[in-house]
Amino acid sequence: MPNAPTSEQRDLAWSQLMSAAQAGDRAAYSRLLREVTPFVRALLRRYCSNPHDIEEMVQDTLLTMHRVRQTYDPKRPFSPWLGAIAARRGIDGLRRRARRARHEVSAETESYETFADPAANIDIEAVRAAAEVEELLQRLPPRQRAALEAVKLREMSLAEASAVSGQSVGALKVNTHRALKALRALFRDTTEQ
Amino acid sequence: MKTDQIIDQLTSDLEPVRVLRSPALRALCWLALVGAVTTAVVLGYANSAALQRLTAPRVAVECVATALTAIAAIVAAFELSVPDGSPRWVWLPVPPLLVWLAASGLGCLRNGLSLRGGHGAMGNSPDCFMFICAASLPLAVGLFWMLRHARPIAPLPVAATGALGVAATAAFILEFFHPFDVTVIDLTLHVSAVCLVVVLVTSLRRPLLDDSARTGS
Repeated sequence: MPNAPTSEQRDLAWSQLMSAAQAGDRAAYSRLLREVTPFVRALLRRYCSNPHDIEEMVQDTLLTMHRVRQTYDPKRPFSPWLGAIAARRGIDGLRRRARRARHEVSAETESYETFADPAANIDIEAVRAAAEVEELLQRLPPRQRAALEAVKLREMSLAEASAVSGQSVGALKVNTHRALKALRALFRDTTEQ
Repeated sequence: MKTDQIIDQLTSDLEPVRVLRSPALRALCWLALVGAVTTAVVLGYANSAALQRLTAPRVAVECVATALTAIAAIVAAFELSVPDGSPRWVWLPVPPLLVWLAASGLGCLRNGLSLRGGHGAMGNSPDCFMFICAASLPLAVGLFWMLRHARPIAPLPVAATGALGVAATAAFILEFFHPFDVTVIDLTLHVSAVCLVVVLVTSLRRPLLDDSARTGS
């Protein structure tokens, strides 16, 4: 049975794969991404224990690695470069979780009042409001609407939303922000009329 | 979406990229360019009274510390712009910055904390303020155009050190057009101009450094 590669050998192999990927070698890149994923996942377990959140951070790390791949200098070790990206995305993930926690309300605390009697929730005003929101959504530019639907309504991670919508993570953030702003303005105009 | 699917997509999207030169080399290129322009401007337009003033040891120390602050901040910005740049680079401009402030403060003390500028109550201080802000603008555009190639993953320290670098460069150039010693008002306005540039540029770090924001419309 062959010996497992040392961390230096592994780093050298990854560095060579990354160098080939920078030259456009897709096979090398695919192999590199698959080999580093468990390494990144292990690094990110320091920041979080929720498997779903860890996977989201892993995906963000891979997307960032792709985005900044021109900054990797093949003369330098690969693992610290990737580790720094993972650490950054881990911190961003923690911040995202904290933001979500601030804005979300546990369903359990209000479940009695809200869900005890399903019939009590059938409210014609709610139906009208939903139709109104749907109509306002249709008035948004397509890219903003796609970003808002993926990130806020379907609650996809930025990585998933990026893959589905074909927009970069940065573009998604900007378009979601603009969509919310536009939606607020449209809603204000509607209520003032 | 599963991670494997993202890997497949990233692989299919792969295009060859040109590897960025080392941060130190890019910083050196920037400093060489700005140094050449500064030398040309100083040789062509420097105020003779200001050059005479630079022969005083305290003013010379102030001038050298300003230049070192600019150099250190620019080097730090380039080093911080790549993912594996140590976050400790952010401290590099601090020692020369402290010397710069101390030397300027000493000048104020020697002037007996005079509030009077070179020409009247405010002297030319507002001009100095405008000079630092106006000269920082083209420098910032050029510097951030270079820095954004790295697409920094932590834009805040990059923007802050880069902004300090351009503001200190502008303040260094100002030394050659500043024929009178610094007063409290002078120093306050110099520091205010540098702070304004740093705050303004840092607050614009996303559009300046993250080119993915451009695709957001």
